Amino acid sequence: MSYQFPVEQGKVREFARATKTRDPAYDGPKAVVPPTFLTHARLVWEPKEQSPIPGLGFELARVLHGEEEYVFHGPPPNVGQTLTVSTRLGDRWEKQGKRGGVMRFAQVVNEFRDESGALVATQTSTLLETAKRGS
Amino acid sequence: MMSAQTYEVGHKLDPVSYKPLTRTDIVRYAGASGDFNPIHHDEGFASKAGFPTVFSIGMYQAGLLANYAADQFGPRNVRKVSLRFSNQVWPGDVLRCSGTVVGVNATPEGQQVELDLSCDRKGEDGSEGTAISATMTFLLPKSAG
Repeated sequence: MSYQFPVEQGKVREFARATKTRDPAYDGPKAVVPPTFLTHARLVWEPKEQSPIPGLGFELARVLHGEEEYVFHGPPPNVGQTLTVSTRLGDRWEKQGKRGGVMRFAQVVNEFRDESGALVATQTSTLLETAKRGS
Repeated sequence: MMSAQTYEVGHKLDPVSYKPLTRTDIVRYAGASGDFNPIHHDEGFASKAGFPTVFSIGMYQAGLLANYAADQFGPRNVRKVSLRFSNQVWPGDVLRCSGTVVGVNATPEGQQVELDLSCDRKGEDGSEGTAISATMTFLLPKSAG
């Protein structure tokens, strides 16, 4: 499953300013995306039914964002491109919590492809579910 | 910013400190990114969940840190960003970004530079710690500009 993610000029400018940069590379009809901009795809464009996160069975109140990684397989994408995003679960593992109980980890991998099908970027988010209190 | 400059391992980037974090900073990032988890902007929700107040969105300070490096090495030269979230960031915190060149490789396409980066917080109550640690890779093209 996949979905379309249009890279928009106003959104790139807004994101750059919200993250305190005025680099002119983020302005204009061919602006490049800021390094962490692709986080926005999942939050705004991902159809709910495509999200693999509910399938993890994590209790949302105990979920933390542990790590985040972006790999660009060339220059980061530009305004004007429409990327195709596919989402899947990556590795999953468990660890003993410091105060007892079990911490569960899961990676969510998003692949961003351009109009020709070339892989432009890979985003890996590591989520963790903290151990149940008192368990 | 393009530059023909070459970098050496151990080179330290000039640190940058930001104004104390405001709730407006958090809300502005919420709108820009689409992250509307109420724990980051709704005081009542945050206190019910057991927090003293709202706290920042991790990807906000992640964005600050990645931009800090990209402002210096060029946004089009970014090839990899790896971020690890440590301490939460609170309204009033002063964030400070710093970085060091830890690897340099000559490649056919140009100089590849690896950085270790840190975004550290200092709270109004004097508490401090690392909010985000990161590594980034840039590929600096051979010809300037």
